[in-house]
Amino acid sequence: MKIPKSFLGYKRENGRAGTRNHVIILPVDDISNACAEAVANNIKGTIALPHSYGRLQFGADLELHFRTMIGTGCNPNVAAVIVIGIEPKWTKKIVDGIAKTGKPVEGFHIERTGDIGTTMKASKKAQEFVMWASEKQREECPLSDLWISVKCGESDTTSGLAANPTVGNLMDKLEPLGVHLCFGETSELTGAEQVCATRGATKEASEKFMKTWSSYNDFILKEATNDLSESQPTAGNIAGGLTTIEEKAFGNFQKIGNCKFIDVLEPAEEPTKGKGLYFMDTSSAAAECVTLQAAAGFNIHLFPTGQGNIVGNPIEPVVKLTANPLTVKGMGEHIDCDVSKILSREMNLSEAGDELIKTTLRVANGRLTCAEALGHREFVMTKLYRSA
Amino acid sequence: MATDIIIHDKKDNVGVVVTEKITPKQDCACWIMEDDSSTNIQSIDEIPLGHKIAMVDLKEGDTILKYGHDIGKVVKSIKKGEHVHVHNVKTKKW
Repeated sequence: MKIPKSFLGYKRENGRAGTRNHVIILPVDDISNACAEAVANNIKGTIALPHSYGRLQFGADLELHFRTMIGTGCNPNVAAVIVIGIEPKWTKKIVDGIAKTGKPVEGFHIERTGDIGTTMKASKKAQEFVMWASEKQREECPLSDLWISVKCGESDTTSGLAANPTVGNLMDKLEPLGVHLCFGETSELTGAEQVCATRGATKEASEKFMKTWSSYNDFILKEATNDLSESQPTAGNIAGGLTTIEEKAFGNFQKIGNCKFIDVLEPAEEPTKGKGLYFMDTSSAAAECVTLQAAAGFNIHLFPTGQGNIVGNPIEPVVKLTANPLTVKGMGEHIDCDVSKILSREMNLSEAGDELIKTTLRVANGRLTCAEALGHREFVMTKLYRSA
Repeated sequence: MATDIIIHDKKDNVGVVVTEKITPKQDCACWIMEDDSSTNIQSIDEIPLGHKIAMVDLKEGDTILKYGHDIGKVVKSIKKGEHVHVHNVKTKKW
C-alpha cells in the first residue's frame, strides 16, 4: 500500500498539529470538578475533565500532577483551555505552563467568589474560546505531525498472535516517515524485560529501561500480598487463555514491531529527542496509561484488545482493534478495526497493518472513534503515593 | 484445510487454538508462524479459542516456551494434546 504523506489536522501556535479541536475545562483539583462541569454544561462544545486529586500532594507526586495537568492543556488536540482551581497559586502555575504553547488559556479560582460566581465568569470566557475555536479549519499536515501512542488491554492470546503484531507492523511502516511513537506498561513487560532492554537504540536507553523496570518491579514485590494472580494477568486475560505475566508480556511486546526505542520517559514527560519510538514508565491500567501519554503530547492512540477493553480518553482519540472474532461479534460497537481474519489466515500481517494505517488516518482526519461516539472520556491521574 | 492451532515459534512446546473450540480426539491442523510450516496434533481435551494445547509431553518443572521464550513452569504434568493453563502452569516471576 502507498502510505499517504499527509493528514488533515489543526495547526497550533507552537507548530504542533492536532487531530481534534477541543476546548477543555480543566479542574486543578477534585473540589473544582463541580464548577468545571457546570461551565461545560453551560457552554456547548466544551468538555470538562473531572478527576479525583490535586489537594495536599507533594514531592514527585505533586510534580507528576502538574506535569499531567499542564501537558493535557498543551496537547495539540486542545484548542483552548479554561483552568479552574480552588486556590489562585496552583491555578496560575498550570495556566502559565499551558500559555507557553501560545494557545488561549485562562484561569479562575473559586476562593472568595464561590462556585456560582466562578461558573459565570469562566462560562463567559469559555463561550468566547469555543466560538473562536469553532472557526479553526483542518489543514494539510505532514504525516510526521502524528504522535502515536499505543497500549493494549483486556488482552488474550489473540492479542499476541495478531492484534499487537498489527500495531507493530504499523510502527515498522510509519517510523521511517518521521512520526513519534510511544509504548508504556512497565509492569506488563515483566518476563520480557531482558528482551525489551535489547531494543534500546543506545546503551543509555537500554540501561534507563532496565533501571525503570527494576524499580517498578521492586515496588510491586514490596506491596504485593500474594502472587498478583488476579491482577496480572487479570481474570479477563485468563478467560482469554493467557496463563502467566511472562506470556502476557511477550504478547504485549509485539506492539513495537522491529522498532528500537530512543529514550525512556517519565510518566507524562514530553519527548524531546525528535522522531522515533519512546518507552514511557506507566501503569498498565488502561485509562491511567492513555492519560499519561496524552499529557506527553501524543495526538492519536492505538489500542489493541482481545476480550474487549472499552476505554477512551477525552482529548486523545483511542482507536480499538481486535483479532478475536468473538469480541467482534459480541461487542462490535467498540471495535474500529477488525483484524480477526489473521487467525483464519484470510489476511496476513502486512494487510492488517495497512488496514490499521487506513483506520488511523481516517480518525486523524476527523472520523469519530467508537469510544468517542459512545462517550468514553476516561481521564485518570496517576498517583505515586498518599497525600500529606 | 483450515488452521485450528497457531504456533508462534518452532521452539515452542505449546500452540494456540484459533477456532471457536477444538473437541477431544480432534485431528488438528497447526501452522507455525516463524517458518510458515505445518504440523498436526490430536487433542485430548476440549480447548476454547485462545487457549493453549501441549505439543509434547511435559513434566513438572519443565519450562513452557511460547514466542520462543520462557513463559512459565509446569506445576502438574501435562500430556501432549492436553489443555495448558493456570491449573498446570505458573509464572516464574512474582
